[in-house]
Amino acid sequence: MENSIYLDEARDPLIIAEGWMKDGKDVAIATVVETWGSAPRPVGSHLVIDADGNFHGSVSGGCVEGAVVSEAIDVIDGGKARMLEFGVADETAWQVGLSCGGRIKVYVERLG
Amino acid sequence: MDPYALKTLNAERRARRAAILVTDLGDGRDRIVREGDQVAGDLGAAIARAFRTGNSGSVEAEGRTFFLNAHLPQPRLVVIGAVHISQALAPMAKIAGYPVEIIDPRTAFATPDRFPDVALHAEWPEDVLKRQPLDSYTALAAVTHDPKVDDFALKAALDANCFYVGALGSRKTHAKRVERLLALGASADQIARIHAPIGLDIGAASPAEIAVAVLAQAINAFRSRGLDASASAPKSKSISEKHDA
Repeated sequence: MENSIYLDEARDPLIIAEGWMKDGKDVAIATVVETWGSAPRPVGSHLVIDADGNFHGSVSGGCVEGAVVSEAIDVIDGGKARMLEFGVADETAWQVGLSCGGRIKVYVERLG
Repeated sequence: MDPYALKTLNAERRARRAAILVTDLGDGRDRIVREGDQVAGDLGAAIARAFRTGNSGSVEAEGRTFFLNAHLPQPRLVVIGAVHISQALAPMAKIAGYPVEIIDPRTAFATPDRFPDVALHAEWPEDVLKRQPLDSYTALAAVTHDPKVDDFALKAALDANCFYVGALGSRKTHAKRVERLLALGASADQIARIHAPIGLDIGAASPAEIAVAVLAQAINAFRSRGLDASASAPKSKSISEKHDA
């Protein structure tokens, strides 16, 4: 409800990613492309990551960001985009998961 | 993501213009589509829908899967007139997700006491709108009844293609207003976009009820952007004149 009509440039992931790019950093962009059930962040949300593992934004309530960051660093190195899927925390299926019970699909791509 | 696409997207977002990043999830290629750009076929229809709703999502088209990330500016409401209706309209619009600014040069009306927690400008619309121009993601409701205050803002709202333009006043009052706006250089087509008398016809009687009618009409205008007349909801009727006089 406290939406500003202007971008919050200091916290906006896509603005930060552009700034990193201008600084000559390698950057990956992760985007929530699909959600099922009670996902904490809506479709279209971004997490941006640099090659050192710095990140801004979110794709969940903090549940899977760690895993996305490490995948993103691989994507920066390899260049090929990946589709990640996270579900309910379940040791047999995933190391990390969403305790809220939802499922999300996250597309991770390199910038440039 | 293409660096040029990111730069373009951020430039559009900074300028409060809508844009959609279209990514082919098969090969990772992406491009920016601006509002009004023509895109054919199923993909074009999905893009048009995403501009209207602001919802992002995947779409199957041409045998491929595309992800559409819709970036719409935050819609907002500018109210000309720090009157009783505005006191109810400001908090309700904020709750509905439309940040509000109120402009009224009459300092007796535009007091922080009467309008706590609202961006309030005790200045002429001419001065405020020069600093913070209107745009197509802004709704404007003119509710002072005073041509000296309302007219400039109404003309500016029509020129900026505000998604909603409403003006308080009876049909008789509005007929005179139409003459003045024509004299200011507004076209008949532009003037036809003004909702007057203002508000949906819900039989609103109190200032707060009129505020509900205005807010609902503005939301209706926002959610039917880009729909042609045949596809849009029935044209909203206005509340009865007796509330406007």
